[in-house]
Amino acid sequence: MATMARTLSMGRSLRTVLAKPTRLSVPTRSCSYFPINDTLYNLSEEQKQLRESVFQFCQKELAPKAQEIDKTNSFADMKDFWLKCGELGLLGATAPSEYGGSELKYMDHLLIMEEMSRASAAIALSYGSHSNLCVNQIVRNGSKVQKEKYLPKLIKGETVGALAMSEANSGSDVVSMRLKAEKKGDYYLLNGSKFWITNGPDADVLVVYAKTDFSTDKPQHGITAFLIEKGMEGFRPGLKLDKLGMRGSNTSELIFEDCKVPATQMLGEKNKGVYVMFSGLDIERLVLAGGPVGIMQACCDLAFEYAHVREAFGTKIGHFQMIQSKMADMYTQLNVSRSYTYNVARALDDGQILPNDCAAVILYTAEAATKMALDTVQILGGNGYINDYPSGRLLRDAKLYEIGAGTSEIRRLVIARAINAHYR
Amino acid sequence: MSGLRVLVGCKRVIDYAVKIRVRPDKMGVVTDGVKHSMNPFDEIAIEEAVRLKEKKLASEVIAVSCGPPQCQETLRTAMAMGADKSIHVEIDLATYEKMSPLHVAKLLSKIAQDNKVDLILLGKQAIDGDCNQTGQMTAALLDWPQATCASSIEKTNGDIKVVKEVDGGLETVKVKLPAVVTTDLRLNEPRYATLPNIMKAKKKPMEKKKPVDYGVDIDPRQKVVSVEDPPTREAGQKLDNVQDLVTKLKEQGLLTS
Repeated sequence: MATMARTLSMGRSLRTVLAKPTRLSVPTRSCSYFPINDTLYNLSEEQKQLRESVFQFCQKELAPKAQEIDKTNSFADMKDFWLKCGELGLLGATAPSEYGGSELKYMDHLLIMEEMSRASAAIALSYGSHSNLCVNQIVRNGSKVQKEKYLPKLIKGETVGALAMSEANSGSDVVSMRLKAEKKGDYYLLNGSKFWITNGPDADVLVVYAKTDFSTDKPQHGITAFLIEKGMEGFRPGLKLDKLGMRGSNTSELIFEDCKVPATQMLGEKNKGVYVMFSGLDIERLVLAGGPVGIMQACCDLAFEYAHVREAFGTKIGHFQMIQSKMADMYTQLNVSRSYTYNVARALDDGQILPNDCAAVILYTAEAATKMALDTVQILGGNGYINDYPSGRLLRDAKLYEIGAGTSEIRRLVIARAINAHYR
Repeated sequence: MSGLRVLVGCKRVIDYAVKIRVRPDKMGVVTDGVKHSMNPFDEIAIEEAVRLKEKKLASEVIAVSCGPPQCQETLRTAMAMGADKSIHVEIDLATYEKMSPLHVAKLLSKIAQDNKVDLILLGKQAIDGDCNQTGQMTAALLDWPQATCASSIEKTNGDIKVVKEVDGGLETVKVKLPAVVTTDLRLNEPRYATLPNIMKAKKKPMEKKKPVDYGVDIDPRQKVVSVEDPPTREAGQKLDNVQDLVTKLKEQGLLTS
């Protein structure tokens, strides 16, 4: 009786799980989550509630679809999901309330990123790109007119945002970009292309960096940021790319052929785009670190439970020392990652932008997530290697964070330069 | 007619996803370091109250929780979902563990009278004790009409029409206000607290009370003898024919020979 009542009363989160048509013969993940001790991380009461609310929302509205999104490399309900995110106040996490934003701190934004990544790292990447790279860059650098024009719709989820920095021949060495913006009277003419752009195929509003001056001594001094709209003449996204992971978070090339952009679309000052870019990049690295942290939590949710269901030689495999060693290391790495990430986020909220720590946080968490996903595959054994279980997806998704927002190599370079600067 | 004043009970319970473990001393279940959340039926009650307010049928939604200080988290959730204010009746953990539905019903009925409430919305039961008694007892103490296990609630002039799912179909109950209504699973789907509302909830008023403020004696009337795990279900046996079945039943003494 009590058991039945419990099943009936599991409320909104379980209702969907129960109602879901069982397509798979293999039992999918039960609602077992490895607990997070928010008190240990000094979260405020509001932050604990925020995590709980986002957790419930993402586990119900997103997690059940994650496998299908990965398999088909598309998210059919994206529009609907975006509107729901807007209603909850997730899309304008750090934006002022006058534009519909939630006026939260970076620490809160990080928690959202973490919980969404725990459900689907791919969709969370699109979310990070929209809410931080696009929305927050407009908040930080946009004029009042630009903010009024773009922010309300982006924050409601009626439009999708993106940011474009990389080019096919200019990834880590981003200041060598070739996208050219020539001034012609009251507008600029853009020619060239961008590559690997998250949300590229879907975006309505894009923050795009282009070269406005090729004659400067230092290449970084000729960069300017522009706000590009879908449908501008001469601009089109390329085909959706077929990626190893983060499938369903759409990525594409952006093509500019004599694209006329009014000068009023300039974001920040002319030739000062590098400042918009690099300060934004530090914050981006930090908020995106919620991605690998969320993936690591998902690994623990999955692997620990599995180790206590799967038996070998008549014993739950979680009681074998070699599996215990993996579990203990996973737990420790997750907590270490979380602690460092949250501390840097708090420092950022107190007004300290720490470029080398932002780089270090994502360097460490990204590599730890890939390693942890590999261990998860190993704990799940044969089941870990088939796509009926999410372990493979976690691994493929985790790898992105060693590449996107600066590769691990670039991050090490940033950190080491900062160390060397002390001894100049 | 002005809007209703609605009182909603919000019990803090062990989260539905947590595996329940019996305490080694067999006097209760393990609650230390275990995730708690609002009783899902109470969440449905809050949602319904907030919807009444959004339809301008209710003027104020008051959330109440009785128990240890952590219940304030549950009340903040209720306020983030849309309750206007809350009342926390603080009871220390040791006393709280010995409380029964009657104690809560007494507190609720006093609070309802003090706050001139027109409608009390409660979950039909809490998922910890599964008692399904508090609503009924509260109605009895107040001598108010009750409608339990609501799957839909409609306000007509001065009345509340409640539909409940029963074995044979649907049963419709009409009650005059003031009344006590308890909620069932399919009444609604609770909303998620939005981020700005979570932040705003911090500023909503929370009254802190003690049982003595309401003159309610919460001395235990019952004694816990022992808390046990349910017996593990053993596998059945497949028999070839009726004759074997009869023999087996006779062997077990379940059938007179």
